[in-house]
Amino acid sequence: MMKWLMQPGVRAAVPVMLLMLIGFIGPLLMVTGYSFMPPRTFSLLGTPTLANFISIVTDSYYISFFWSIGLAFTTVVILLVICYPVSYGMAKIFGPWANLVTIIIAVPLLISENIRLFGWVLFLLKNGIADGSLHYLFDVHLPSILYTVPAIVLGLVYVYLPFMLFPLVIGLAMVPDALKEAASDLGASRWQVFREVELPLAMPGIMIGSLLVFVLSLGSLAESKILGGQAVVMIADDIESAFTFAQNWPKGSMLALLLVISSGFLIFFLFKRIDLDRLIGRR
Amino acid sequence: MSSGVGEPVLQLRNIVKMFGDFKAVDDINLAIEEGEFFTIVGPSGSGKTTMIRMLVGMDRPTAGDIILRGKRINDVPASKRPTCMVFQSLALFPHKTVGENIEFSLKIAGVERAARRLRAEELLAQLRLPPESYSKGVHQCSGGERQRVALARALAYEPDILFFDEPLSSLDFRLRKTLEKELKDIHRETKKTFVYITHSLEEAMVMSDRIGIMNAGKMVQVGTPAEIYDTPHNKFVGEFMGEVNTIEVERTGDKRVRSISDGAEYIVSFEPDGFVHGYLIIRPEIVKIGQAAEGLPNKIQGTVFNDYSLGSRVQYQVRSDSDQFQWLVERLQDEPYEGGLDDTVFIGWRSEDSILVSD
Repeated sequence: MMKWLMQPGVRAAVPVMLLMLIGFIGPLLMVTGYSFMPPRTFSLLGTPTLANFISIVTDSYYISFFWSIGLAFTTVVILLVICYPVSYGMAKIFGPWANLVTIIIAVPLLISENIRLFGWVLFLLKNGIADGSLHYLFDVHLPSILYTVPAIVLGLVYVYLPFMLFPLVIGLAMVPDALKEAASDLGASRWQVFREVELPLAMPGIMIGSLLVFVLSLGSLAESKILGGQAVVMIADDIESAFTFAQNWPKGSMLALLLVISSGFLIFFLFKRIDLDRLIGRR
Repeated sequence: MSSGVGEPVLQLRNIVKMFGDFKAVDDINLAIEEGEFFTIVGPSGSGKTTMIRMLVGMDRPTAGDIILRGKRINDVPASKRPTCMVFQSLALFPHKTVGENIEFSLKIAGVERAARRLRAEELLAQLRLPPESYSKGVHQCSGGERQRVALARALAYEPDILFFDEPLSSLDFRLRKTLEKELKDIHRETKKTFVYITHSLEEAMVMSDRIGIMNAGKMVQVGTPAEIYDTPHNKFVGEFMGEVNTIEVERTGDKRVRSISDGAEYIVSFEPDGFVHGYLIIRPEIVKIGQAAEGLPNKIQGTVFNDYSLGSRVQYQVRSDSDQFQWLVERLQDEPYEGGLDDTVFIGWRSEDSILVSD
């Protein structure tokens, strides 16, 4: 045991292991513990019960789960469509200009997400920048999408774009041009080159980007609150109100646990189906 | 189609390729015969890679015509050409098995699974790969196996012409030698037209029926290995063959030239038409040294200052007394030069053994 601890690799990993224990595993265990405590209690020492689970599944929380998963999925699909061509350009075509695109996309990350979302509110507001400009230029008033579901999707797509784009760029850069030329030389059409060579080889990047965006969107709160108003309640909203407004930690914990389990299950299922090692060519 | 008897399978007419202001390929004319093993040799930057990319259809010539069996194919993309290339990197699909790699073109063409497998197994056998490698991953294959898989994949396409972009360059010497011979065997078995590019003239000599030598975007000389070896057209080709002694000379009379550096006169047995000024190329292996040099028409006095063993031969370096030129002389290992280092000796050669070239 001591000998194991004395290895340089293990010693170097100690700080991060401690951080993960205290900052990640610890809270997760506490949330799991609270999930099985009697409702509206604040102690971890009560008699374990399934009361929270039962009250959640018999209530209408499935709607929030549905919205969260649905919106997260929609965001992933929209971002895949938007980011694929741009990442292709950045990986293969733009050359030195790709750095400029990277900077343009990365700089907004330096500004707080909430401030950027409030910026969108000002833009989309009735008599805001979009509406006011249209009125001034063309004398029309269009209905604003602010406080509707499309506004939430817009917010999610906007905020999580870099998390899809950069993994895709790396994924596409990993596809050697010679492989595509070879496929084309062997008679493959552009579509066949895409399907047989480019897509499978870029899959690790596609998977990582999709996963990041999916998980982040699933836990997102600000977009639905700031841009969505009360249009829909996402699961993170429910968890927050259980912990704060309702002062019901056990219920909030059970909701959080169910979210972790359901997204974990989805991810596990996805990775199980797609063999990353084979895609990268390690096997 | 107009592919009559004796008509070349592939013809290049005045091919030019510009990259901006840079002329990568400069007015090349070439005819490749049906079934021959033709090798384009040139140093890096000579334009040979640009050349093959145009022939395969991955680049378009700026000017000129590429004619395949009488049909101009400049604008036909690689995917629609009945030709195929083995890449320098081999470009095997890492996410597919050996079998799937070989069957790729058949799958694209919509051939049924069972028929594809049959053809892949035939090709595995033809390329001396064990049948069980069919389901192996590409990454589990050795360097030599991967070469064979790449070749099998190209052969499965049934190309009219098979192109090779120095696929053997990354292999160690012994494996390269083995595969060079295997490639020649496969050429003989399949009777297909092979067009190979390499920077190694030695590799070209082993395999090719004819060789085209490229330099600075131009095709400098085309001929059989023997023609290239015996009668290089210019200094570049002569020196590209390997280590040679090159002396700058000018004409002084009928079959007589004078060295520019020390004014020594040499006799040659052949001079190109209208020769005034050029180079005399003398291979190390034809230069005699010591007693063997006695009585030769072209003689130089010098000092032996180095000897190297080349395995079957010994190479001596001799510094000429008159102009300090460092001569290379080679003898067989079992008949070495009788003297020692720092001895003053005569070296010489017969006039018919030297090669005189213009420019």
